[in-house]
Amino acid sequence: MEKKGWDGFEIGAMLRTFDGAVRDIATTLPENRPYSQSSSFTASVADWRIEKPLFNKDYCIDCQFCWVYCPDMSIISRDKKMIGIDFDHCKGCGICVEVCPTNPKSLLMFPEQKDEESALAEWPKKEKKADTEVKED
Amino acid sequence: MSEIKKIKNLKEFSTSADRFEGANLLCPGCAHSIIVREVLNATNDDLILAASTGCLEVCTAVYPYTSWDASWIHIGFENGSSAVAGAEAMYKALKTKGRLKQPDRTPKFVAFGGDGATYDIGFQWISGCFERGHNMMYVCLDNEVYANTGGQRSSSTPIGASATTTPAGRISYGEKRNKKDMMAIMAAHGAPYVAQVAPNKWKDMVAKIQKGFAAEGPVFINAMSACTTEWKFAPEDTISISDLATDSLVFPLYEIIDGTQLNITYRPKNIIPVRDYLGAQGRFKHLFTKQNEYLIDEWQARVDAKWDYLQRREEASV
Repeated sequence: MEKKGWDGFEIGAMLRTFDGAVRDIATTLPENRPYSQSSSFTASVADWRIEKPLFNKDYCIDCQFCWVYCPDMSIISRDKKMIGIDFDHCKGCGICVEVCPTNPKSLLMFPEQKDEESALAEWPKKEKKADTEVKED
Repeated sequence: MSEIKKIKNLKEFSTSADRFEGANLLCPGCAHSIIVREVLNATNDDLILAASTGCLEVCTAVYPYTSWDASWIHIGFENGSSAVAGAEAMYKALKTKGRLKQPDRTPKFVAFGGDGATYDIGFQWISGCFERGHNMMYVCLDNEVYANTGGQRSSSTPIGASATTTPAGRISYGEKRNKKDMMAIMAAHGAPYVAQVAPNKWKDMVAKIQKGFAAEGPVFINAMSACTTEWKFAPEDTISISDLATDSLVFPLYEIIDGTQLNITYRPKNIIPVRDYLGAQGRFKHLFTKQNEYLIDEWQARVDAKWDYLQRREEASV
């Protein structure tokens, strides 16, 4: 889509988030919404990152802590399952990694250039705590 | 009447479709958007929103983008509350005249403001809205500093914090005035619901927001918003700093119903010393020197006294 310049918008005009009508936004998932070019959803802050979180679904318990604490709506959860990270809107703050309760963490920060395959290959193994068995909730 | 959205647990909550979009320009790790999206996700009703000038406003409406999937307006620093109050008054008038296009829908009216717009600049306007009894919610994103303009002190900045207009140095230990008790002031307006929330306690927060939406009349929510830039901590620590604040009782979570009935909604299992909370932030770094150490004890005494007071009020329900 061609972007309008600063003088392409009417003065004092409303910016419409959607092209066309959406009956009920609160129950329409982002992939079904007709975002217009005025919505920041169509923009990207990917270049803010120096480190990115990567997701290992083998250890994920779908607790959704990362979803609720993500400040950038970048954790994609569908049908109560965490399915991935939205790298257009992730700013790489690292909150999701901090709040991840699993052992080992199912989200870890890696340098921006790291490819997913090699990251998954070198994912740390479960840490054993002395004597006691670690219980995963 | 609209139905209250059912949010039993986090998995159920995670099926919400966000109405606040990414690629806003808030700092990485900013608690503002954690709070805003929880407020917006707490209901499925239509939303009519306003924001006073502040971090949230300048970062979510950067030309030519908007990050809001709901009707949203910004006018000035002081009048986010009156903008929403005006919309609410118009809604009521159209409803009485039977001229609403979609009479079956029950929109919610929410105004957002930072602590500068709430405690200082917009105070008169908020007070007016609460006195007139509009059916709206005002959410204060309390980061205890004018973060948008470079970290000047506001009347929410606590004692000892180093802000750019109250810098700590050889002589001064930073801010010298205590934080304004906004909760008590708003409760004194006779508001049906006034509550303090923190983003790390999501369930407590969602419950309070929903109570606020269900209440008839003006509702005030004071949300602690840890500021990674001005409080000076690493962006990934936003939630752990919030944990420290609620567990050390620097930021107690409670609600006041009808201006009198005070309920404490979160009692930490292990109360941690205020020292841990202060030590985690760069803005209090200078307190950990020999000449300023006494301030930490004063802090602890103040926090303990406040907690005592809250507990006594809860017991007496006055």
